[in-house]
Amino acid sequence: MAVTLDMAKLDLREVNTALQSAAKTHSNDAYLIENPRGSHAMACGLDGALDVTIKGSTGYYCAGMNKEARVTVDGSAGPGVAENMMSGIVTIAGDASQYAGATGHGGLLNIKGNASSRCGISMKGIDIVVHGNIGHMSAFMAQKGNLVVLGDAGDALGDSLYEARLFVRGKVKSLGADCIEKEMRPEHLKMLAELLERAGADASPEEFRRYGSARKLYHFNIDHADEY
Amino acid sequence: MCGIVGLFLKKDAMRPQLGDMLTDMLITMTDRGPDSAGIAIYGEAVPGAVKITVQSDTPDASFAGLADALSDALGAQVAVRTISTHAIVTVPAEQSARATAVMEARGLRVMGSGETMEIYKEVGLPRDVADRFGLRDMGGSHGIGHTRMATESAVTTLGAHPFSTADDQCLVHNGSLSNHNRMRRVLERKGVRTRSENDTEVGAAYISWRVAEGASLGEALEGTLKDLDGFFTFVAGTRDGFGVVRDPIACKPAVMAETDEYVAFASEYRAFADLPGIEAARVWEPEPATVYFWER
Amino acid sequence: MAKTPQTEPRQSWTFSNDVNSEIRRAAATGIYDIRGGGAKRRVPHFDDLLFLGASMSRYPLEGYREKCDTSVTLGTRFAKKPIELKIPVTIAGMSFGALSGHAKEALGRGATMAGTSTTTGDGGMTEEERGHSEKLVYQYLPSRYGMNPDDLRRADAIEVVVGQGAKPGGGGMLLGQKITERVAGMRDLPVGIDQRSACRHPDWTGPDDLEIKILELREITNWEKPIYIKIGGARPYYDTALAVKAGADVVVLDGMQGGTAATQDVFIENVGQPTLACIRPAVKALQDLGMHREVQLVVSGGIRTGADVAKALALGADAVAIGTAALVALGDNDPKWEAEYQKLGTTTGAYDDWHEGRDPAGITTQDPDLMARLDPIEAGRRLRNYLNVLTLECQTLARACGKSHVHNLEPEDLCALTIEAAAMAGVPLAGTSWIPGQSGF
Repeated sequence: MAVTLDMAKLDLREVNTALQSAAKTHSNDAYLIENPRGSHAMACGLDGALDVTIKGSTGYYCAGMNKEARVTVDGSAGPGVAENMMSGIVTIAGDASQYAGATGHGGLLNIKGNASSRCGISMKGIDIVVHGNIGHMSAFMAQKGNLVVLGDAGDALGDSLYEARLFVRGKVKSLGADCIEKEMRPEHLKMLAELLERAGADASPEEFRRYGSARKLYHFNIDHADEY
Repeated sequence: MCGIVGLFLKKDAMRPQLGDMLTDMLITMTDRGPDSAGIAIYGEAVPGAVKITVQSDTPDASFAGLADALSDALGAQVAVRTISTHAIVTVPAEQSARATAVMEARGLRVMGSGETMEIYKEVGLPRDVADRFGLRDMGGSHGIGHTRMATESAVTTLGAHPFSTADDQCLVHNGSLSNHNRMRRVLERKGVRTRSENDTEVGAAYISWRVAEGASLGEALEGTLKDLDGFFTFVAGTRDGFGVVRDPIACKPAVMAETDEYVAFASEYRAFADLPGIEAARVWEPEPATVYFWER
Repeated sequence: MAKTPQTEPRQSWTFSNDVNSEIRRAAATGIYDIRGGGAKRRVPHFDDLLFLGASMSRYPLEGYREKCDTSVTLGTRFAKKPIELKIPVTIAGMSFGALSGHAKEALGRGATMAGTSTTTGDGGMTEEERGHSEKLVYQYLPSRYGMNPDDLRRADAIEVVVGQGAKPGGGGMLLGQKITERVAGMRDLPVGIDQRSACRHPDWTGPDDLEIKILELREITNWEKPIYIKIGGARPYYDTALAVKAGADVVVLDGMQGGTAATQDVFIENVGQPTLACIRPAVKALQDLGMHREVQLVVSGGIRTGADVAKALALGADAVAIGTAALVALGDNDPKWEAEYQKLGTTTGAYDDWHEGRDPAGITTQDPDLMARLDPIEAGRRLRNYLNVLTLECQTLARACGKSHVHNLEPEDLCALTIEAAAMAGVPLAGTSWIPGQSGF
């Protein structure tokens, strides 16, 4: 039986304190948060296995820096959802605003709707699955991890990409500097199949194209100066 | 750096609630802009007349006898409705420029004018600004509001948004323009006057200038993408609707919601939390470098 | 027949040998010059100010017997656990990666012995510095290398870096030579590549969004840690005011002489305002908001002596931060390595190619053999000594002005030697009551 926290009655600090201490001490398995009304920094900094469901839409930085917890937003999420996430699973039933999963180090960010611009910016090991489309400048300077998009990608996908792997099923409006399409090898298909399975995505790995870094900007070369 | 809200009603039956809905949205954006707040509200038109919104820091002295003085100067009936530091002066349409000159000569600050638009803005917390003007009780077809965290120009009434640089046009802005000084000088040479040091006013003046030159509002907003530099989310109001545009980098937040009853705009989703039917609304973010427009 | 007199060969001021050598370098390589350190050009500085001292109208404190307090508390506005420092001098942010682990350890040892704080940098927190720093400020940077909630919680304060004096509006450049396995691992980057740090944060832009980011950082750290905002000396009045509005506990203001591990020389020398010119506008912004001393101001960029410290405090700062001076105290650019500097085509005092990782002093390097040259215990002791001297000097000047706390120094205790310094510091030109440019910033 989940513990219910009503944000019509409790303020952010009370809700986060309850969640953070429960995560730390494993004192409860499940929390339900009602009336989030787009509040910022909800369920951020959780450090431990805990199920949190937020009934409604959230503001900036929901589930920021999450470790181990499973946070579900039963609505849409504002900018920077699961930013710098370390581990655990964050699920968004609706859409995610810009910077979803920014700088994330680990865990799974599962967005059932669309994500807007800069999805996975500077990601550092997180897996992000977007069931809909993503906006422009997604995976900008993405360093590590996997970004999987079932729909389309906006302009300048993977600009200044490092070693993150990008998989897109739909159309890519344009690729950013130093981002190229790459061969889909068996190990990618296998990894992608597992990730799609974990995300509950109804798609087959063969339908995706893989994009990665051309690695031409890794060392300054005068012939690529116009890419800077 | 700021919070923006906008609300465009599709159904006339909701018009009496416009101020109430917009006020809640505005107050929710207080954290983004605690310095000052303002609202442009598109209400009832008086046939053949123009409403001029003026402001004074000494309203008791400045507005006393204003109606008589204007009536005498213009030789026409002039109505003055005083609300706190503002007054809505209704004059025959053809006398608008003359009335403006007379009032500026009396030291009044012109906030804007138009057939339906009224503008209210002051320094202070959005809640206090809304209370001072009784925004909750205002009705209308659409309205745009702004809460300001001043960047490089002073925290004054004139520095508050919305900025109006032509009849029934207004602009609010979240972001910071990086070539506004040069654009201000370009516009000055074309005879377009600005009243403050504010970057947003330059954006408003640019749009008004383009419209005066024959561009549609859509074309003028398109023009901002080429001619204005820096970071911006603009919402521009007109007599019949409003338009939205974000710069190509599009870092400053913007979210929109649409139902059968309204189109709403805000810097953050929070501002929508109390809107009727928001759970079922279509909610999305405007794309970069793309002009959106709603008209009745 | 008498020889026709010749004009002496004349070098161009515009096209000097320095300038021409840079043109040749650019033509040969096709890339801008990258270097470490801060601005080398001469700009009005604290040297151009003098203390008036006490005499007949004011009475000094006795040098060795009457106490002159130097303690400073940072983060009194919102944080549950403000930072208490014994001295008004802190160690500025310098990254592991730019500096060796030994150098970070030495900074921690020296600062801790002197009763002050150190600061991490771009690249994350290392055991060397956390373990040896009693008080450690964790920088929150656009790159977020190594950023994690555990380190955030074990920091004593969080410094959101918006800008840096050497490069307001720019990001750092750590070139491939220093991206060793350990550095790369901490940053989640491939070994040996050029690393371009972003100039804007990935998940917010502008003070209205920063306010929300600060809320998140406070929620994650139980509202305990002071939140600093570091800005480069760009538009100090507005930038300080916006930092306060965004919710800062402390504003760190870095003037153009502030150092960097590696950035374009054109950026270092041509962007930003001198430290001296930044302080008064920043203090004015705090005063206009009723926040002077409520939100503390830490000033950095070219602080070298106790006189610099005292002058910065007199102009309204609550504390200063040192970077380059601390490295020199550890042994950077020491004449004992002159032969090696010569081999690198430079000389003692001029060595600034910190990004190349070949520092003979073993400080700005990741090379194990070079790193081993720096003994962190000995270097830490040197830094402690130097910090103590800065403090003693600052106290000496404060006592001479009749102050029992260094924070009671005022702009009125100063005069300026040049019109430029008088205008920038907002103090009278010596011997006059004239403050140029007093009508505004």
